[in-house]
Order: sequence, then structure tokens, then C-alpha cells
Amino acid sequence: MTAVYTKRFDNRKFDELRPMEAKVGVIKRADGSAMFKIGKTVALAAVYGPRALHPTFMRNPEKGILRCNYNMMAFAGSGDRVRPGPSRRSKEISLVTEKSLESVLDLSEFPNTVIDVFIELIQTDAGTRCAGITAAIMAMADAGLIIKDMISAVSVGVVGNKVVLDLSKEEEDYEGGAVDIPIAMTNKDGKITLLQLDGIIKKEQLYEALELAKASTQKIHEVQKKALLEKFMKNGI
Amino acid sequence: MVFELKNYIESLLNKEKRTDLRKLDEYRQPITVEYGISAKSADGSAKVTIGETIVVAGVKFGVDKPYPDNPDEGTIIVNAELLPLSAPEFEPGPPDIYAIELSRVVDRAIRESKAIDFKKLCITAKEKCWILFIDIYPINNAGNLFDAAGLAALAALQDARFPKYDEAKETVIYEKSERPIELLKMPISCTILKIGKKMIVDPTIEEEKAMDARLTVATIDKDTICAMQKGGAISLSIDEVKAMVDIAFSKREELLKHLKK
Repeated sequence: MTAVYTKRFDNRKFDELRPMEAKVGVIKRADGSAMFKIGKTVALAAVYGPRALHPTFMRNPEKGILRCNYNMMAFAGSGDRVRPGPSRRSKEISLVTEKSLESVLDLSEFPNTVIDVFIELIQTDAGTRCAGITAAIMAMADAGLIIKDMISAVSVGVVGNKVVLDLSKEEEDYEGGAVDIPIAMTNKDGKITLLQLDGIIKKEQLYEALELAKASTQKIHEVQKKALLEKFMKNGI
Repeated sequence: MVFELKNYIESLLNKEKRTDLRKLDEYRQPITVEYGISAKSADGSAKVTIGETIVVAGVKFGVDKPYPDNPDEGTIIVNAELLPLSAPEFEPGPPDIYAIELSRVVDRAIRESKAIDFKKLCITAKEKCWILFIDIYPINNAGNLFDAAGLAALAALQDARFPKYDEAKETVIYEKSERPIELLKMPISCTILKIGKKMIVDPTIEEEKAMDARLTVATIDKDTICAMQKGGAISLSIDEVKAMVDIAFSKREELLKHLKK
């Protein structure tokens, strides 16, 4: 049977997020940018566009396209250096990130153009795709894009036998077994825009994890909102 | 458009003025160095800002077989990627020629200064040595990546601590030891641009677009050089090179003082 997990490695409560920090407008040359830190995971996001799409044959006169690029810096992995350039993993994360963010955009407003979203991880301790999405939506808001709803993302899961929130790397690698469920949700209507799952889980625990994700994305949203207000209130709005 | 911009910048420079009101030999402020920005993941890391330009660098240790011509030495591998996150003009893809030039200029300043004794990176002669991977990423490209990248790489090396190596299992255990990388020299790069008849340091993006020639000079003390790289399609006279070298020496302390002693 699975081992019993009674106390978290970092002494958090089972439904407690790691400390968060968010900042908007950190990359001056981008149209929009943001930094999101949760625990020791640090994600940067920059938005460029809508801008002219090249190659031109990819242009669509009906709607624009959203292009996401998730990347981990070569020194930002745990253990050996990560080989620079796209990997199967980073390409898949870019894809699911793109679909998550696209759900709150109306791309028909930007025919023939592309909106580029670049996500870079400077330091990692699990939850990188969620931190990336959380940073990216702030960068999109910072860029002045019209978005239907804010998105916040977090991973939930099961470690040992416990449903836990916001897994650390140590918990993901727990020898008694861990289930990792990255989830992104919209703020106002609580719709799921990213959902992946790795591991064996009973449906009751999945339902519990989903509810936990819903409650905690609201807390992440508060941090995002505060960071955006801090920038735009300073500019006198 | 570039032509008009060049005329404008050049006419200002002829009156000893710059678009951001700096003196010709003045760096943007603030210049900052932050150590350990990826302390959890990297073996050494740092972030450098010069004005609005931001560059991060990280060091990871790897273990490999020494080169046959230097069987008792380890080595460094410097890599730079011009992230599309950092500027609208950069595109995704494998490092282009500009990224390669940047990484090689940073590499040469460190390598040729003999700042690192490569013999101390040897684990077992002919069999195993440490490889220092130095990865450089601009976060915001507002000009003068050369000087910022050089400073960031050096700061990341200062911050680095050797991981442990399990000889029996032949694997690196990524737990930081107390052992730093001994830096015998501090190579500081200063890039000087020639625009029209004038020389400037710490160019902005606009000034880089208006550039005629560029010279990066890496110095290791008040009168010794360890690496240079000329850029741009316009030639330089010997006197101009001498003037540029003098500027590099005069700026050395100003850049060096931001690093830990």
C-alpha cells in the first residue's frame, strides 16, 4: 500500500500555497510582461503583439493567432544542465499553455497578426507550467489585450495518501508515490482551461483536488490583481 | 528610417550630446549586480542591470572526459541565447550568428585572461574533468549586451560553488559544497562604439543601430588587455583603436566595483 504522508517536507498545511510574489512590467521592451514567483519557482513572461505574422502564408484574414513558447533556462533544472533549445517536454507545455490562454482571447479582433507569448523559467521547484501561465496572463493584461477573464494556475495532487496543494519538487519525487495535476482556471466563472494528470488516483480524491484547485486559484488571483493594480494605479488610473 | 536616426544621433554627438543626455563616456545608471538569482537550481547565478538592460547568467557543473591535448585540464563552455522575450527584434530558434558572437566574446575574455586555472578542474587525468557551463540570457535588451553579459558571467562564476562528485557511482551530486571557483583575474569588458567621428560607451539600441564600428576590450588590470573584438563594417585607424583602448581602461574600475571583492 502507499506510504502515509503525514507532514509536508516544508511544513506547509496540506491546502497551503507556497509564498507568492508577482510583478508587472518587468521587461521594458516588451508590450507586456510579468514575473511570478511561487516558492522557489520563478517564471518570467513577455507578450509581443498583435504584430505582423511571418511567414505570410500563415496569416488568417479571419483571426489572429496566439503563439506560446515555454522555455527553461539551461541552468534552471534540478540536477544536470538542461540542453538549450526546445525539447518534447517544452513543446508540449507550450501547446497546452497556448490553448489555456487562447480560451480567454477573442482572436477575431486581430486578423492577420500574431500575439507572441514567451515564458522563461529562471529557477524551478515544480509547478513551472502553472507559474508560466499565471505570469503570462498578467503580461497579456499588461499589454492591454482584451481578455474575457483572468486565469490562475496551480498544481494539486496526491502525495502518499493525502490530497495536497501546490506540490514542490521534493513532493513530486516522493518515493511513496505522487499524483500531479496542473490546473488553470478562469477567475469569474471557475472554468478549467488547463488540465493534465500524471499518476494513479481515485475519483473521490480527484474531485477533492479539483475543489481545492478552485479555492486556491482565487488566492493566486488576488496576488495577480494586486500586481496589476500596483503598476496601473501608479500611472494614475 | 535607420538613416534618419543615424543622422540625428550623429548630429547630437557632434555637439557632445546623446539622446538620453548622457556624456559620451558615461554608463547608464543604475548598474547593479544581484547574486544567487537561481540559487535553488544553478550552481552559480547572477543578474546584472545597466540602465534598463537586464542580463542573467548561470553556471552548471558537468563531468566529462578531458580533451586529449589537455588531459589534465577541465574547461568552460559559454552559451548565449538572444531570447525573443527580451526584445521584439529577436526571433525564436537556434542561436544565430549574433548570439554566437556574444558567447564567444564573453568566453574569450574569461579563457584568455586565465582567470580560471583549468588544471584545478581536473578530477582524474585523462579520464574525468569538470566542465563549467556558463549560460547567458538577456531579459531586457536595451543595448550593450556585451558589457552586461561579460559582467553577468563573471558574477555567476563568483557565486558558483562546486557540487559533489561520487567517484564510485560516477555521478554528480548537486549539493553545493563550500568550494568556490578561484578567480585569478577579473576580466572586465568595455565596448566602445564609433559613430561618425565620435566614440561612446554603453550604447542604447538606437545608438547600436547608428553604429559605424565597435570595439570590445577586455582588461585584467590598469594596463593589460586579454581579449578584443572589433565589430561593424567601417574601419578604424590605429589612433582610434588607441583611444578606444584608453576608454576601456578608464572605465574598468567603474564596472569592477559592482562585483564582490
